Amino acid sequence: MRETFIKALTKIARRDRDVMLLTGDLGFGVLTQFAKELPDQYLNIGVAEQNMMGIATGLALEGKKVFAYSIGNFSTLRCLEQIRNDICYHNVSVKIVSIGGGFCYGPLGISHHATEDLAILRSLPHITVLAPGDTYETEKATHAAYEGNGPFYLRLGRGNEPLVHGTRPAFSLGVAIPLTEDRELTLISTGGILANVMRAHEILKDQGTYTSVYSMHTVKPIDTALIVRLAKTARIIFTVEEHTILGGLGGAVAEVLSGCEGFKPQLVRIGLQDQFSSEVGDQDYLRMLYGLSPEAIAACVQASIPQ
Amino acid sequence: MDTKKLALQIRKHAVMMTCQGKSSHVASVLSMADIVAVLYGKIMNFRPHEPDWPDRDRFILSKGHAGAGVYAALAETGFIPVEWLEQHCKNGSKLCGHVSHIGIPGVEFSTGSLGHGLPIGAGMAYAGRKAAKKHRVFVILSDGECDEGSNWEAILFASHHHLSNLTVIVDYNKIQSLASVEETLRLEPFADKWRAFGWAVHEVDGHDHESLIQVLEFVPQDNGSPTCIVAHTIKGKGVSFMENAVLWHYRSPQGEEYKAAMKELENNNIA
Repeated sequence: MRETFIKALTKIARRDRDVMLLTGDLGFGVLTQFAKELPDQYLNIGVAEQNMMGIATGLALEGKKVFAYSIGNFSTLRCLEQIRNDICYHNVSVKIVSIGGGFCYGPLGISHHATEDLAILRSLPHITVLAPGDTYETEKATHAAYEGNGPFYLRLGRGNEPLVHGTRPAFSLGVAIPLTEDRELTLISTGGILANVMRAHEILKDQGTYTSVYSMHTVKPIDTALIVRLAKTARIIFTVEEHTILGGLGGAVAEVLSGCEGFKPQLVRIGLQDQFSSEVGDQDYLRMLYGLSPEAIAACVQASIPQ
Repeated sequence: MDTKKLALQIRKHAVMMTCQGKSSHVASVLSMADIVAVLYGKIMNFRPHEPDWPDRDRFILSKGHAGAGVYAALAETGFIPVEWLEQHCKNGSKLCGHVSHIGIPGVEFSTGSLGHGLPIGAGMAYAGRKAAKKHRVFVILSDGECDEGSNWEAILFASHHHLSNLTVIVDYNKIQSLASVEETLRLEPFADKWRAFGWAVHEVDGHDHESLIQVLEFVPQDNGSPTCIVAHTIKGKGVSFMENAVLWHYRSPQGEEYKAAMKELENNNIA
C-alpha cells in the first residue's frame, strides 16, 4: 500500500506544487524517488513527530497541502495533542499518513503495532479517517485525502498486500464498497484485513454459509445509511478490523445501530480483544493468534449462528 | 503608537479582565505586557481591518495562558471592540482564558497547552522563506514552557533551516506555575543553550522599550540564524504586590486587591 500511496502522491505533487510531503525520518527506499524528483516539496523533519505536526500545521496555515508520513503509532499517538489542538482545532489541510496499520510490523513488537489508532483518531472533531482495504482503494483514498478539505488520517498497510477488488472500484468518502451480493450475514471490514475477510467468505461459502462483504474504507464519517439499512435487513453483522474491538470500526457501527429503533441484527465485533499483541511473529502469525486469519474469522461466523 | 501607553492599557485591561472573569494568570500578562506593546505598537506590520492580509507579520503567543494580553492588544489596535474584553471568561463569551482564534480576528493561532506555538511558527517561517516573502514570524514563549521537549525539536529545526525570519522572545520572569524556575527545572545557562543550538541570542530588559525596539527592529540577513531574545522580566510587573509572587500565577484580583492594583497602575506610569 505504501508504494501505491507514494506513486499516487507523486502524480498529485507534480501537478500541484503546494503539496508537501513531510516525514519523521522514516520511509527508507519508499520516499527516495519523491525526494529526488520534488526536493522543494519534500522535508525530512527528523525524529521529532510533535514538531512534524506543528510544522505541518504552520505550512498548511500558509496554504500548503501537507502529507505527514511516519509508521505505526509515531504519526498518531506520539503527537496526539498536536493533532487535536493544532491540526483538528484549526481544521487545516494536513493529511496524516501511518504505514503499518495493525500487525504489519509483526516481529518488531508492540511499540510498532498500531492497534488503537482508529478509535483514538475518530474521536477527534473535523478529521476524516480512512483505512483502505487494498491497493486500488489506497490509490483512491490518497486522491480523496488530497481533494478533501481539512485533516485526514490515512491508515495504510506496509507492502505486498493482495489486490482484493478485480477492477478499480467506485470510491466515495463515507460510502462502503460492497464486494458481494447482500445476505443476512454481513461482514464489514476496514483496512488491509479485507483480503482475509474475503477468504473467510469463500471458506464459509464452501461450507454452505452465505455471507456478504463490505469494505468500510471510511471509518469516519461512517456509512450510516448502510448500517441503518442493515439494521432492518441483516441477521448478524460482523465487524472485522486489525485493531482493538474497542472504539474502532466495531464501536462506530455499534454507535449507529444503538440509535436505530428496534434494530434486529446481532453485532459481533471481530478484532484484537482488550490486550496488547505481545506475542512474537509475523503479520499472518499474529492475525492467526488473535482471531483474524481467514479460518478464525470463518469459525467465529459459524459459532455465532444460532443452531 | 506610543508603546508605553499601550503597555499600560494592556496591564489595566488584564487586571480588569482577570477580575471580572474570575480568571488566573494576571501576573503572566503583566510580565509580557511591554513585549506585546512593543510588537503591536512599533514592530509588527498588520492591518486591523484586513486580519488575513498576506504580508502581515505573524504573531503567536505560545504561552496561551496569557491570552488576556493578546486580546487587550487586539482591542487597543482596532481588531476587536474594547467592550469585548469585559466578557473575558464569562459564559457565552468569545474570549476564553487560553488564547483562541475562533471568532476573534487577529488571533493567528490558538494555544493553551505549552510547547505548541514554536513548531507552528517554524512551519510558517519555513513557508514564508520558500515563497521569498518578507514578513516575519514572532513567537512568545514562557520560561516554564521551555521544559517542553517539543520546543527543542523546533529549535533544532529552525536553526538547521536558517529561519532568520523567525524571532522568539522568551518572557524570562523566572517563576513558573508552582515555584521558581531555578527550583523546578533549571534552565541556566539559558542563553548559552540557544546559542549552542545555533540561534542568534540577545539578552535584554524585557520592560525597557528602547532596548526591546532596538533588538526587535534588527532583521537578520537571509540564510542567517533564527533569533532568540531572552527578555528578563518581572512576573506581575507594575502591581507591587503581584511582583515576583508565585501566588499571582493563579489568583484572581478581587475586591480591595482589584482596587489597589488599578490604583497603582493609574498612578504609576511604570514603563
